[in-house]
Amino acid sequence: MGPNDEGTQVRVFMLGWEFPPFISGGLGTACYGLTKALDQLGVKVTFVLPRMVDGQYATHVKLLTPGTRSRGRGRGVAENDLKNVTFRSIMSPLQPYATPQAYDEKIEEILRKRRAAAGTIGGDKGSGGSGGLDYAGDLYREVHRYAAMAMELAREEEFDVIHAHDWMTYPAAVGVAMISGKPLVVHIHSTEFDRSGEHVNQVVYDIERQGLQRADKVIAVSQFTRGIVISRYGIPGDKVDVVYNGVERNGSWSVAPINIRHEEKIVLFLGRLTMQKGPEYFLYAAKKVLDVMDNVKFVMAGSGDLMHRSIELAAQLGIGHKVLFTGFLRGDDVQRIYKMADLYVMPSVSEPFGIAPLEALDNDVPVIISKQSGVSEVLRHALKVDFWDVNEMANKMVAVLKYPPLQMTLRSHGNFEVRKLRWRDAARHCLDVYQEMLVPA
Amino acid sequence: MPSVCFYFQVHQPTRLRHYTVFDNDDRYFDDAKNAAICKKVANKCYLPANRTLLKLIQQHKGRFRIAYSLTGVLLEQLQRYCPEVVSTFHALAETGCVEFLGETYYHSLSFLYSRQEFIEQVRKHSATIQDLFGQTPKVFRNTELIYNNDLGLLIEAMGCFDAIITEGADHILGYRSANFVYRPRGCRRLKLLLKNYSMSDDIAFRFSNRQWAQWPLTAEKFANWVSAINGCGQVVNLFMDYETLGEHQWEDTGIFDFMRHLPEEIFKHPDNNFKTPSEVVAAYEPLGVIDVPHVISWADTERDLSAWLGNPMQSNAIHELYRLEKKIKRANDAQILSDWRKLQASDHFYYMCTKYFADGDVHKYFNPYDSPYDSYINFMNVLDHLQKRCSVPPEVSPQVSGSFEPNKDRCLAVAT
Repeated sequence: MGPNDEGTQVRVFMLGWEFPPFISGGLGTACYGLTKALDQLGVKVTFVLPRMVDGQYATHVKLLTPGTRSRGRGRGVAENDLKNVTFRSIMSPLQPYATPQAYDEKIEEILRKRRAAAGTIGGDKGSGGSGGLDYAGDLYREVHRYAAMAMELAREEEFDVIHAHDWMTYPAAVGVAMISGKPLVVHIHSTEFDRSGEHVNQVVYDIERQGLQRADKVIAVSQFTRGIVISRYGIPGDKVDVVYNGVERNGSWSVAPINIRHEEKIVLFLGRLTMQKGPEYFLYAAKKVLDVMDNVKFVMAGSGDLMHRSIELAAQLGIGHKVLFTGFLRGDDVQRIYKMADLYVMPSVSEPFGIAPLEALDNDVPVIISKQSGVSEVLRHALKVDFWDVNEMANKMVAVLKYPPLQMTLRSHGNFEVRKLRWRDAARHCLDVYQEMLVPA
Repeated sequence: MPSVCFYFQVHQPTRLRHYTVFDNDDRYFDDAKNAAICKKVANKCYLPANRTLLKLIQQHKGRFRIAYSLTGVLLEQLQRYCPEVVSTFHALAETGCVEFLGETYYHSLSFLYSRQEFIEQVRKHSATIQDLFGQTPKVFRNTELIYNNDLGLLIEAMGCFDAIITEGADHILGYRSANFVYRPRGCRRLKLLLKNYSMSDDIAFRFSNRQWAQWPLTAEKFANWVSAINGCGQVVNLFMDYETLGEHQWEDTGIFDFMRHLPEEIFKHPDNNFKTPSEVVAAYEPLGVIDVPHVISWADTERDLSAWLGNPMQSNAIHELYRLEKKIKRANDAQILSDWRKLQASDHFYYMCTKYFADGDVHKYFNPYDSPYDSYINFMNVLDHLQKRCSVPPEVSPQVSGSFEPNKDRCLAVAT
């Protein structure tokens, strides 16, 4: 057995999500990093994901083998590098982090585009049959429709383990486990409590709990999340393992060109503008920073349901001219904003892991992270604050901006530390979990 | 023939309170925490250890002898929070079997940054010891046993010490043994005592380590090791933190029992004895010259300055601190001067150490901060405020601080 085929024996039916750069947030990034590393360990993965090609009808199930490039957007590039992974997409408008409302809007938009397309082309190319519909009326029904299609798909596949990522895939995973009798691993990247605080959506919570209960093994992305799984979902602790995410290194090695110094320092918030990410704490802290220093700008990169509230809050605090909202950034723009930033702040209220600070460090940007995050368990060379402690957050922001030696030390140690967080280790841990379950009892 | 020479380092820094950039007052120190730590360590270590050692001195009728180096900042805190500890040290001093060593009053790294400040602190310390215990230190130890040839020359030039103490680091000794008295390079009169780090660490670090092949360490076993030096050494210098007794090694490890039995075991061999550093200096002639061009210390395996000055934050903080010296002294305000000097304690820089931070080891044990970064930020915020204070002229006459603060004239008198 060579070094790279430890996993040759294991075949995984993985229910995951679209890879970056086509989605926002950490879930796709985690799916990509983990799958790529599993591939390198020689694990055979059938990667099932929801995909929607706007304005087009297609069969429910599209087979993408390595080598077949999916049309249009050049999406196959990352996928083609994986030689042990087969992708199978299910036509569905599911998107990670979707809320029922967002789902409704999405469907509206799709329908509008289709009507427009049908109008111009002038023909309906066949939505025939009851199965022709590639979406269901609301998010919950869609999740179950997705599950039914995944079960159908699973019948044609051979695999030893099922591995599912976050709640929308849990019904599918539970269904597949039921018909196949194979062991189920449920990976939890975020819980309803992280996303909604105490105002949980009961339907989502129930789906999550069912998946966690039914699973033979649960993988949580941090001790922080493991704690929630145990205390809030009543899952026995011995069933829950922690596997930390890694980081895909594409940042500059230390010889990054020292960028042209701009007059103003830039403090960066990068993430969805939602309650979970704590954008208002960032703004309150920004206000305090601006009370004691002037040459700073605050950039909020991301979009979300708190976008308008955040803009209003900035204005209300009288710092509107110092805060820039960029909207959602992708690809090169993310790299570019990291290159400009002097400091990255993640004031999340409840962050199961938080890959973004690792990317920031990888780009030589020092970070302040909230203590209510999984990533604070693995990063030592970062400044940590309670998300609600805006005084301390501002204190640390000022210190980083004011004292170059602090920036320098955080940057050099942090960058070094990030290199130790590798997807390879995460994949190996997952493989251990698989193998443990495959040992005949 | 080997003499056992015990010297205990006794020090507690004045820890800073959480001080943000938004704070704007001159209460820098965390009195509650400092009081709590002093009381805790007093109960676990200083009081029981002083009692034990005092009893041993009485029991052995003066043949058991030891030395202490008490920092000024510790004495200030003990006076304030646990005066009973000071009186037990006083009782020890009365026996005539206890020597007190000289060092910088504020446990500072001033030797590396300001000779003027260094000399002032050494004098202030000597005056304090004279004041409290009625003896003037004759042997000098620098903070963290930091040493090089220049320090030897400076101490000799100061003219009030007979010897200096440092680490018996392998790389300065080469083939030679730490168990003899040496002469610092370039000195004519001053002698050099070197710590036997291996045997010191057997007590200070390994005593309770069950993985250690020699565990459990008994007084008898240790006395045999000392006797084995017979013929190839004159003195075994056992230098360690006083907190070893009861704090680093808890009482239930048997450390006090070990100390209680050590003298009688040592005396079983008729050639062995205990000597204080000054007695060692009087008894033995230097065997050779030790050349230390580069700075050494007693810390970590590197035996260098990296624990205090190893990263950019540490060197930045200390440079900024000493850059203020002129401004501080010009302000001519006793409170400002004392605050500035308390910030010089090496501990503040030790807290900023990122070495081994990722592995969370011994450095962490002594650290009141969650991370080295927090300690740097806190320190810089305080320093920033201190700097602002010396720009404004003092409003009222400088207040008179604590009762035992020795007066300036006496300090200078002792040195000359």
